[in-house]
Amino acid sequence: MMHFLSDTAVNLQFNLFAFVENLQYMGVGMLVIFVVIGIIVGTTMLINWLFSEK
Amino acid sequence: MNIGEILLKLWNDSGFAYIFAHFANGGWQNFVMIIIGCVLLYLAIVKKFEPLLLCGIAFGCILTNLPGAGLYNQELWNNFMTEGHEAYHSYGTILKEGGLLDFFYIGVKTSIYPCLIFMGVGAMTDFGPLLSNPKNLLLGAAAQLGVFVAFFAAKASGVFTTLEAAAIGIIGGADGPTAIFLTSQLAPHLLGAIAVAAYSYMALIPMIQPPFMKLLTTPEQRKIKMEQTRTVSKTEKIVFPIVVTLFVALLLPDTAPLIGCLMLGNLLNETGVTERLSNTAQNALMNIVTILLSTSVGATMVGSNFLTGQTLLIIVLGVVAFILSTCGGLLGGIMLCKITKGRVNPLIGSAGVSAVPMAARVANKEGQKANPSNFLLMHAMGPNVAGVIGSAIAAGFLLSVFGG
Repeated sequence: MMHFLSDTAVNLQFNLFAFVENLQYMGVGMLVIFVVIGIIVGTTMLINWLFSEK
Repeated sequence: MNIGEILLKLWNDSGFAYIFAHFANGGWQNFVMIIIGCVLLYLAIVKKFEPLLLCGIAFGCILTNLPGAGLYNQELWNNFMTEGHEAYHSYGTILKEGGLLDFFYIGVKTSIYPCLIFMGVGAMTDFGPLLSNPKNLLLGAAAQLGVFVAFFAAKASGVFTTLEAAAIGIIGGADGPTAIFLTSQLAPHLLGAIAVAAYSYMALIPMIQPPFMKLLTTPEQRKIKMEQTRTVSKTEKIVFPIVVTLFVALLLPDTAPLIGCLMLGNLLNETGVTERLSNTAQNALMNIVTILLSTSVGATMVGSNFLTGQTLLIIVLGVVAFILSTCGGLLGGIMLCKITKGRVNPLIGSAGVSAVPMAARVANKEGQKANPSNFLLMHAMGPNVAGVIGSAIAAGFLLSVFGG
């Protein structure tokens, strides 16, 4: 059992290169979500304007 | 064969014999996983932690770790995923050689279950609060912060591959079906750990969120009473799912299965002419799929896969993702509060983490603690359902970038 645990132990390491490389995914990911949601907000406002009961 | 030999054969074929004979060589893992399954059952039944899903997951975990039963065969799925292997992407092999839970799991692998669950969620969702105040949708976007920070942290740790990190990040979306949908595509071997982490943290929302709500908002902000939402017309409610499906699926085609099913379910509910279908989607179909989904997710909790240091790290990263998504939503709420000159209570931002309707209830409860005459539930439902859309978009983004 101890052998198994030592085999599967997590070898944590801070990878600065991966850190910087993946920063772009974080930024782009959040940007994409805001853009898509922003488009939905705009569309919803248009739906409100067209179809809401005056 | 005499009685003694028959009894001996029965004993040798039994799971007990396997566990004792192979205790040091993997048998202990089955034993520990069965105990974990029982603990999860306790949490589901006694502590009421997401019982509808956790019951099935826990029982699936117990079933899959019964030696000799052959209900779920991890090896078959490893071969299924190994490019060049004769069983690569061969459902025929699974149907020929698999056990009952392997057959159930096909629905996860093909993404049928998460999509059908989304259809049921859509049929149960009222987009009225969101339609009456569309800017609250932005809170559903802000509350996806934890998804990307957890992805980022998982990747930077050097322990996980990019695909695994993306699957771990989606725990921050606080949406079980989305987490299962993405993980089954990107890192199926982590499905059990990620699903358990996602559903456990969703159940713990009333404990996880309030300290950060108090930390990031002032007592004055928490006391803000919001104006009553306007009544939304039937036409708006019918047009909304159609238009959102068209726009979102055209912008991010990988979100089409989830958003399409969510909006189809909602359309069935709003048309007024498909009541029977809506009832089926939100009741019978939802319940059947929940049983199949939860049991097959539990089946992936095979000891050799689950009892690793990675699982512990996933659990830690999962809670970090949840907290950061809550903080992202709250910061979005604070910004909206400032932009609208104090007409938005920032607490509703925390509901942007999805987890419908628990997160909205927590926002309402915290609002009432600050001001007993405050009723934020309907206002919080807007960001809450926006969180479902937001997490599906986040999953679609991760799938389109890393899914190949």
